[in-house]
Amino acid sequence: MDPEHKTRIARQFIEALPHCQALGMRLETVGPGHAELHMPYDPRLVGDPDTGVIHGGAVSALMDTCSGAAVIAHPSNPGATATIDLRIDYMRPATPGQTIVARAECYHVTRTVAFVRATAMDDDRDNPVAAATGAFTVER
Amino acid sequence: MARKPPEPVQVVKQRRDAALKALVEGVPYIGFLGIGFDRRGDELTAIMPFREMLIGNPMLPALHGGATAAFLEVTAIIELAWTSMWEDIETGRIDSAAIDARHLPRLPKTIDFTVDYLRSGLPRDAYARARVNRSGRRYASVHVEAWQDNRSRLYAQATGHFLMPTRPDASG
Repeated sequence: MDPEHKTRIARQFIEALPHCQALGMRLETVGPGHAELHMPYDPRLVGDPDTGVIHGGAVSALMDTCSGAAVIAHPSNPGATATIDLRIDYMRPATPGQTIVARAECYHVTRTVAFVRATAMDDDRDNPVAAATGAFTVER
Repeated sequence: MARKPPEPVQVVKQRRDAALKALVEGVPYIGFLGIGFDRRGDELTAIMPFREMLIGNPMLPALHGGATAAFLEVTAIIELAWTSMWEDIETGRIDSAAIDARHLPRLPKTIDFTVDYLRSGLPRDAYARARVNRSGRRYASVHVEAWQDNRSRLYAQATGHFLMPTRPDASG
């Protein structure tokens, strides 16, 4: 399957999930063991009314989805996946008004477990907003 | 000297509920997810009623892990803010008549948050309670547990560290 076709299928799949749809997530790219998802700024997702900064929970949801997409896209072809654990470090608040971009890499897969690293950024790509590491199930 | 008579129960309840309502309603994302809080004295239980938009796996179906993570994080932050506000509410330092999102103390900021997914989230209501394990002047550590049908069968739990807001009265 050519990469563009694979990206299109993955996009349709991810963007059809109700919670991803509600958060306005868009799958940008997907390749062997990695994925990139975008989540545009939305005032409904604000967590701190004083600053207009997006809630950490919405960033978690984006990173979780992106990590899951990276697992599914791994060359070992896991059929399905679910999160076992996910740790997120919040390095700085995301700048209000900017799209949040998440990139995830599935760096190791065993018969039963997939290990993932992810980062979230806003327009300033050199200073990540958040970083995550997670373990996911591999269903074959 | 005669002791001050206890306040009427409805006055106490009204004051506590007004403070909690202002705290929760000030955060758009809590409303977006449809999360509510049940209060018994100072004990809070968060409720996330089932809605289609929380689904992450339509095949099973199951709640999205991100929705669960957000539910746990919201519960932790509100519990932490609530716990640190409690004294001010009880002593009347926070005026419940004039309370709104603008007059509330600033919310704690998440430093890190680790979610442990124990079971897949079923398409029904979820409940959560948080416990502040340590709350210092600058940092706090909070544990949260979430369940659905049985309190003893957790479907997810989490631990997070938070940066406490600087209090306006505490200089330096």
